[in-house]
Amino acid sequence: MPGILKYIALDILKNKIVIAYTIMLALFSWSAFGLEDNASKGALTVLNIVLLTVPLVSVLFTTIYVYNSNEFIELLVSHPVKRSMIWKSLFAGLSASLVLAYLLGAGIPLVLFTDPGTAAVMLISGSFLSVIFAALAFLAAVLTRDKAKGIGVSIMLWLYFALLFDGLVLFLFFQFSDYPVEKLVVMLSALSPIDLSRILVLLHLDVSAMMGYTGAIFKTYFGSAWGLLMSFCLLLLWIWIPFSLSLRKFIKKDL
Amino acid sequence: MITIRHISKSFGKLKALNNISLQLDPGECIALIGPNGCGKTTLIKSILAMVLPDEGSIFFDGKDIRNDNLYRARIGYMPQIGRYPENMTIGQVIDMVAGIRSSSALPDMELYEEFGISRLLDKRMRTLSGGTTQKVSATLAFMFRPQVLILDEPTAGLDPLAAGILKDKIIKSGQEGCLTLITSHLLSELEDLITQLIFMQDGSLVLHKDVEELKNLTGQDTVAKSVLQLLKSGEIGVEL
Repeated sequence: MPGILKYIALDILKNKIVIAYTIMLALFSWSAFGLEDNASKGALTVLNIVLLTVPLVSVLFTTIYVYNSNEFIELLVSHPVKRSMIWKSLFAGLSASLVLAYLLGAGIPLVLFTDPGTAAVMLISGSFLSVIFAALAFLAAVLTRDKAKGIGVSIMLWLYFALLFDGLVLFLFFQFSDYPVEKLVVMLSALSPIDLSRILVLLHLDVSAMMGYTGAIFKTYFGSAWGLLMSFCLLLLWIWIPFSLSLRKFIKKDL
Repeated sequence: MITIRHISKSFGKLKALNNISLQLDPGECIALIGPNGCGKTTLIKSILAMVLPDEGSIFFDGKDIRNDNLYRARIGYMPQIGRYPENMTIGQVIDMVAGIRSSSALPDMELYEEFGISRLLDKRMRTLSGGTTQKVSATLAFMFRPQVLILDEPTAGLDPLAAGILKDKIIKSGQEGCLTLITSHLLSELEDLITQLIFMQDGSLVLHKDVEELKNLTGQDTVAKSVLQLLKSGEIGVEL
């Protein structure tokens, strides 16, 4: 594994997109903190940017990279390497570089401008989002042979989680507002990693009041240590399930 | 050395391999021939576990190749169209494969020197011509002293000089006891190399015979003529 990982890392480092992504995140974050007089407001702005851009860049870059690695994979499978090793190395290399880009770009201003607790939650949830959407991209890339289709699936996944899901939950919430659906809404939010991260960070910023009376319910679920642990477990599941599905599919794939 | 038992593979409706059983022994040089799309490459890729058969199993030295990858350390494979990571240089590709194989034996540098690869080490794979890519593939296939050589259209795209070098190398490996499996469209090219012949059609095995036996059977003096006669007389279909 280290042997393969070295060449993947070298290849990604040479890739200008990751560098551009790092610079873009840094620009956004620094200017967000520069424009807002209040660090808490600045963190909110950064959060909104992070929740949109990190999943998008992660899912798109990873999908394209996996398709472009086809030759690399083909070269390796005729040699004594386990298929699972190839797939895991690719995933490790891509996840690590995306997380590194996030920590360098958005992480440094976050650590400098916000209190340690908020910074830690933001860093962790942003890193989780990078890896989760890389895992989703692996699944999209292994399910379709056609590159254009795969990229389409990835964009749809992002669109769904970043925009549509919120709308659907809101719609349900209003439709059934006469009933006690708060618990249901909490459970539903577990179905989207972006929502999970948003709630985690918002609770830390103490702006849960902005979410109306469900905020209180969110607080009882996510604010306590147990809720925090639970939501991190859910985020881990969001990495593990798509990736292991893609791995199982890749092991049986004809090349 | 390689035993194939009743393997079948379909791609959608297309039956690429249809219940194929074969026994391939060390020291033989086997030509795998047949019309386009008859399943030659699929058969080769099945042996390498790049394609996983729907049914049947393949044994390498008595061990099922499923759930095993170490047996591939003993195979040198030269693909029909070598596809390599575009941004890597020839040197990096060779280094990486050497790192994966991590064999203690001294690498076989004969083709490396004869093809003059050392002068090209810094070239990126995407800038290479088809012929040069083939040279890299051939060098990699022979470099780690494999016991089994699998060559898919080895001389396609090579200039006559390079093809000659490669052919000599194949003969030499055969004399050292290497099991060689070659596919080619040009039978005449394989004439002085091969000891056995496998003919495939529509995913089925039609013929697997010693070259001498085949020549005696048809009364012809070359493999190409023998196969041609069998084809004309329609005997290949009956041979089963």
